[in-house]
Amino acid sequence: MKISLISTIALLITGALTFVIAHGQEAENETDQVMIENVTLGGRGFLKRHTELDVTRKTDPFKRVPKDRHPYVSDYIYQPPLIPHKTRGYEISINANKCLSCHSFRKSVESGATKISVTHYATREGQVLSDVSPRRYFCMQCHVTQANTGLLIENDFKRVDSLR
Amino acid sequence: MKLVRIYWRKFSNPSKAASGVLLGLGFVGGILFWGAFNTGMEATNTEAFCSACHAPIVEEIRETVHYSNRSGVRAICSDCHVPHEWTDKIIRKVQASKELVAYAIGTINTLEKFHARRGYLANREWQRMKNNDSQECRNCHNFDFMDFSEQGRRSVAQHSTALASGEKTCVDCHKGIAHRLPDMRGVEGWE
Repeated sequence: MKISLISTIALLITGALTFVIAHGQEAENETDQVMIENVTLGGRGFLKRHTELDVTRKTDPFKRVPKDRHPYVSDYIYQPPLIPHKTRGYEISINANKCLSCHSFRKSVESGATKISVTHYATREGQVLSDVSPRRYFCMQCHVTQANTGLLIENDFKRVDSLR
Repeated sequence: MKLVRIYWRKFSNPSKAASGVLLGLGFVGGILFWGAFNTGMEATNTEAFCSACHAPIVEEIRETVHYSNRSGVRAICSDCHVPHEWTDKIIRKVQASKELVAYAIGTINTLEKFHARRGYLANREWQRMKNNDSQECRNCHNFDFMDFSEQGRRSVAQHSTALASGEKTCVDCHKGIAHRLPDMRGVEGWE
């Protein structure tokens, strides 16, 4: 009985000791890191976030895109209209363009989707082609889906009067 | 004549033990055969087996909703490409024996050959699905239990009309949902 009591106390003491030592080391490591952080290698900023060159920033979590809603009102004249629906799995490649299945001149009448602008049929020099110009083929270079994410950077942008 | 009679007796009255042994052997043999047959069938339904030839396609499914999604349910090749009903399954498996020849002569054994043949392969599968009213889709996606209030406007517009009336079947619109598409020029519904 006595022996076991003594051994328990001994165990507790050694446990507490190791804890204290380990903690002390951790604290030392922390100061080391602070020292390193003061010497920066430079970095780059994108919107609000600044990333050091030797650091790989964690990717932002994916945003939840609304499944399907009515078209958005433009924020400025000549804004590429925003996509008001999900586009996951919509292939745009040399083989297929899913967007055109609804938005092309021919299909938009039946589908009721927004018709692509006539500018998409013109070359850079303004010559009108019989089909979508290759330079306008990759829809999502300009048109993007929307998600409610809050402001990326503080700004005081206001729509022009005619779009308000 | 006597000899004939003796043999006739022998064969018409086998000993009790012998018939028991025969029955038992037949029974055990039957179980073994059926088990091996089904295991063999199942083995040809695995992703590993399919990807022996169709490796690029098995890779492509990973970014689609049938591989990765919020609830963790997933479909493997055979869920969509092999009928689940036993008779239909056997028929498809027998047809597939032709594909062993393709394997032997290396019809799609390089990426270039595969891409060149993708249109043919896709068309054949679309036709198969069209002929059986997209049965493999419907094994999981049952029209009767679709809740239109949970679907997007565009989905409802198509499902409540063309699909409901049977005028169209799943694969008519849902092409390339688990793989990348072949050249879609001339395919109905595509520009």
